[in-house]
Amino acid sequence: MVNPAVLDFSKNYFELFDLPLGFTVDAKRLAERYRALQAVIHPDRFAVAADDEKRLSLAASTQVNEAYRTLKDPLARAKYLLDLHTGDPGTDSETSKDGAFLMEQMELRETLAEAQSSPNPRAAVATVLTHLVEQSVALDKELAGLFALPSPASLQAAREIVRKLQFLDKCRRDAEELEAMCDGRY
Amino acid sequence: MPLLQIAEPGQSAAPHQHRLAAGIDLGTTNSLIAVVRSGVAQTLPDAQGRHLLPSVVRFCAEAPPLVGQAARDGAGADPLNTVASAKRLIGRGIADVERLGGRLPYLFVETDSAVLCIRTAGGDLTPVEVSAQVLMALARRAEEALGGPLAGVVITVPAYFDDAQRQATKDAATLAGLPVLRLLSEPTAAALAYGLDQAAVGVHAVYDLGGGTFDISILRLTRGVFEVLATGGDSALGGDDLDRAVADWVLEQAGVAAPAGPDGGLDQGALRRLMQAACDAKECLSSAASADLCLDLPDGHRWFGTLERATFEALVEPLIARSLAACRRALRDARVSAADIDAVVLVGGSTRVPLVRARVAELFGREPLSGIDPDRVVALGAALQADLLAGNRPGDDLLLLDVIPLSLGIETMGGLVERLIPRNTTIPAARAQDFTTFKDGQTALAVHVLQGERDLMADCRSLARFELRGIPPMVAGAARIRVSFEIDADGLLQVSARERTSGVSARVEVKPSYGLSDAQIESMLRDSWSHAQEDQLARRLGEERVAGERVLESLRAALARDGDELLAADERARVDEALARLQATLVRPDAFAIRKEVRALERTCGFYVERRMNRSIRSAMAGHRLEEFDQQTTNT
Repeated sequence: MVNPAVLDFSKNYFELFDLPLGFTVDAKRLAERYRALQAVIHPDRFAVAADDEKRLSLAASTQVNEAYRTLKDPLARAKYLLDLHTGDPGTDSETSKDGAFLMEQMELRETLAEAQSSPNPRAAVATVLTHLVEQSVALDKELAGLFALPSPASLQAAREIVRKLQFLDKCRRDAEELEAMCDGRY
Repeated sequence: MPLLQIAEPGQSAAPHQHRLAAGIDLGTTNSLIAVVRSGVAQTLPDAQGRHLLPSVVRFCAEAPPLVGQAARDGAGADPLNTVASAKRLIGRGIADVERLGGRLPYLFVETDSAVLCIRTAGGDLTPVEVSAQVLMALARRAEEALGGPLAGVVITVPAYFDDAQRQATKDAATLAGLPVLRLLSEPTAAALAYGLDQAAVGVHAVYDLGGGTFDISILRLTRGVFEVLATGGDSALGGDDLDRAVADWVLEQAGVAAPAGPDGGLDQGALRRLMQAACDAKECLSSAASADLCLDLPDGHRWFGTLERATFEALVEPLIARSLAACRRALRDARVSAADIDAVVLVGGSTRVPLVRARVAELFGREPLSGIDPDRVVALGAALQADLLAGNRPGDDLLLLDVIPLSLGIETMGGLVERLIPRNTTIPAARAQDFTTFKDGQTALAVHVLQGERDLMADCRSLARFELRGIPPMVAGAARIRVSFEIDADGLLQVSARERTSGVSARVEVKPSYGLSDAQIESMLRDSWSHAQEDQLARRLGEERVAGERVLESLRAALARDGDELLAADERARVDEALARLQATLVRPDAFAIRKEVRALERTCGFYVERRMNRSIRSAMAGHRLEEFDQQTTNT
């Protein structure tokens, strides 16, 4: 039942956490494995150790944090999978080719821009955020299928979805900043 | 002072040896030191039974500095030489002082760097040196109570402290001769103190309103692992500001504010007394409905007045509102709602103000916990962590996973900031960025590192300029310089750089914006030793001797285990020679020489340590099941 990973920097993040390679990740298992690894290699375990041990612990702990951060977030996970499969994680400079999607994004941005002057800015921003989350969740579902059976065609499609997710992510962050501002300058 | 500890991973070098470790809450107003004895964390009192040490230092011309209550009592009489709240100045520059309202009654002097310097009868001093005095006073207290020098300390810092403030705190410890096991965030320390007491699993919020800083942290506890989900705050908001609001009200009521300037033309002594009176009134109003105040006016008259609680609350409401806004942001960053919080913990003396409690209860929809003395809880948590890190509790699997509170970025074209490591990233963390050269043959590159959430450089906090030298000369644009930004478990930044096409590592020179360079620290250390009083010298000597003896013991134990196996004859001879040199130096009454010799020994034996390390890591990790590795570590 247990197929343990070894703390070896040449392993990929999925192997590190002993998870099957794919877009669908058992969040609970990921968190458990993350805590188990850090419990062993974190610098706090080496506070009175020799300098070399400290350096190794620092590098290992950093690696585990980066791996966890990547696998926890659907967008980062998707880019990582693209990188593993094709050697190219996809860059921010590529834009989506889906005209309808881009139109929708422009409308969302306009809504956000108008939100500040609307009678209830908080509610307006919240509506946009809900919409963004719904769209992201739907795209995540598509990605799960595409990465389950990776082929040049499915990876191409996955890349396009990642571009869309990037748009949504940027929009979500801007919306959250606006929400913070609605809350009083913070 | 790094101790050479040749150890098996996860195991202390000499398991039978209990290390004397302590936790220090280096507070704005008061500081405390705590240790774990018989499994229980307790703060240590002074000879008069007082646990709190006022973070006040009075510098005198011909006598050693006075630290604590004695200094505080004299503040009104000698305001320019009595430095309080150095924590508000540590890691800051002159411009910040102006922003802090210019209410700090010290003589600031210009230096050639941006580091703050205060002119006192005892010399021109930086906030780092002031804090070092407080640390030394605490260390003495612990050493007397424990009967020996401290092997290591955990010092707490506000979660919201930036890199410069953290580094300065560590520098203060270096000056005080204290090895730092970890810089620990204050809210995390408090959560530690509460979490262990109540064996809680869940999501907690820690609301920490200290003398000068406000922190809010959202943490998740899961079977001994504390993960900070988000942290926020305001490193210029604290109890001092509530006091100032009261002081301003007094000045206004007494009719001295506007015409004579913001301080009403009061002299420094009168101002200090006013601030103290304001603080007393605030404390009084926590239980009484009104407090009486008086003020000595410049014209010789005395003003009397009464501050009602309702008036006080109106005065401080905007300050508390600021703290709540920070709480809401932290909840958002943590992606939890106020309703998801299982418990709220209050930390810091100012949380005794009833309005603070009321507003916090309102926001989180539950009564906050304050069962552990809010003045002591941080030090207690730090002591627990110190005890753990020193290796006194093998088999205890408590783990703290903290985060960086402010985004880390670099200056780019046009005075903009590109954020590399976002706030609330779990540490340790690293990010790499590629740079290239602009001119043919360019051999150096400067990177300006900042912290903050804003897009303009001017709105962020400058940390340091890193100069990368020794880049192999190439055609402009051909070099691929990979700069790595690494944040360690203390939240401190290290920068390294390597030119990828040639593989050459660049030499990195750090020019801190508000900090002291390594050379400055070394020279301060030397200065403090040459001017130190005899008893201080004796104590330093004792400390260095103990450290030296520990190193010798560890090395001898290691050699006995595998010296013949891992070292060739000539290598062994070199190590033995270095050992003998240190042994001989230990009997000399020269602390500095001993320290130098320990360093030299570490350098000489570095290769041996590496060999041992490689061997134990290889056998412990390679080809072993992770579970087996877990088993070994928990069984040691």
